[in-house]
Amino acid sequence: MISGTIAGLLTAAEEAETPNPLLPETYDIVWSLFIVIILGVVFLKYALPKIQAVLDERTELVEGGLAKAEAAQAEAAAAKDEYQQQLTEARTEAARIREEARAEGTAIVAESRTRATAEAARIVENAQRQIDAERQQASVSLRNEVGELATELASKIVGESLADEARRSRVVERFLDELEASTAADAGKGN
Amino acid sequence: METALSSLATILPLAADDSGFHAPSLADFFPPAVLFEGTPFEINRIMIVRFIATAVLLTIIILAAKRAKLVPGRGQVIIEMVMNFARKGIADEILGEKLGKKYAPVITTILFSIFFLNITGVVPFLNVAGTSVIGLPLIFALWVFFLYLIDAVRSLGVGGFLKGQLFPPGVPKFVYIVLTPVEFLQVFLLRPATLTIRLFANMMAGHLLLALCFSATSYLFFQAAGGLKVLGAVTLAGGFAFYLLEIFVAALQAYVFAILTAVYLQMALEPEH
Repeated sequence: MISGTIAGLLTAAEEAETPNPLLPETYDIVWSLFIVIILGVVFLKYALPKIQAVLDERTELVEGGLAKAEAAQAEAAAAKDEYQQQLTEARTEAARIREEARAEGTAIVAESRTRATAEAARIVENAQRQIDAERQQASVSLRNEVGELATELASKIVGESLADEARRSRVVERFLDELEASTAADAGKGN
Repeated sequence: METALSSLATILPLAADDSGFHAPSLADFFPPAVLFEGTPFEINRIMIVRFIATAVLLTIIILAAKRAKLVPGRGQVIIEMVMNFARKGIADEILGEKLGKKYAPVITTILFSIFFLNITGVVPFLNVAGTSVIGLPLIFALWVFFLYLIDAVRSLGVGGFLKGQLFPPGVPKFVYIVLTPVEFLQVFLLRPATLTIRLFANMMAGHLLLALCFSATSYLFFQAAGGLKVLGAVTLAGGFAFYLLEIFVAALQAYVFAILTAVYLQMALEPEH
């Protein structure tokens, strides 16, 4: 098929007396080969590898940069998580401490109150007891003194020594009863 | 294509009398020698155009490599974009990650080189694509051909390679009677041949179209009789449209060549897929 075409073109070329464009001239081949070899060598051995190296380096750089950025981001996220966790822990701790303090305060107040109440009771009781004792003492000494006075007075008035112990005691008792009765009657009158 | 070319040749002489209409022809692609005429190192206009394109591309890529920085400038960004496209959009896409990494440099080289040698077709004063003469597309195609041939034989062995290519699995045995010769032609002739012819014919046709439009415009404006001058505006507009189209074609053909390189490598290296 091709050879037919070539033959046809050949005859056409002969008729037109122009060279057949499908048949290369020797010089055409020589110079074409020269050009292709030079282009091939310069491109394949020098220019393309060099440019490609720069391209690869750039890709590497960009990818390295991206990886670095990613790492930094991950680190930051980790730090944030940690911080958040610590914050939460601190908050929990603070809340716990506050709660404890409140409970402790309540306990202290209650204890103080109990203690104060007890103290007051104790003081009141002491006072009461002291009052009782003093009253008793007063009553005893009063009774003695009044007895002596009355006896002395009575002996002076009666002129009779009440040396006898039993008799004297009976006289004093009777006198005191009378005195008490008259005082009660005065009090009833006074009222 | 041959009919198209010969019909061009028959139509154009109608105008090609003394009035000065210079129709583009196949002779445009075989201009007179400038240096070393008749030797294998003959240099003509198209060879010079190729040298210029090559020199410009080499300057750009060497400067880009020298000045390549981690923080790229504007120029570096453009070159990196094309490299990235060749690697990710073509090599990785078709060959997969592992093979793609291995062959991305070749595919990138082919993409850059063919684009620069194509684009001279629309550069003022150069006005012809370096790839519009068959030698250069042929050398590129042979590079790809030997690349897939040698690498496939190296990784699969001669037997493995031929078995994978000529006897594709999953087909009833008797089909091989038809399939094997077709596959043989595919692998050893049609793939490199179509790579060559697609590129060279596209660029050649583009040049003929542009030259036709602009020489017709020039003729109609300056030499044709009154009423015909209006037609010059039409051919000028057509020329402008084809000019834009040719920029697109220059890029598209470079892309097609690069992507077919990847596809043929893939077919040769991983025949089971």
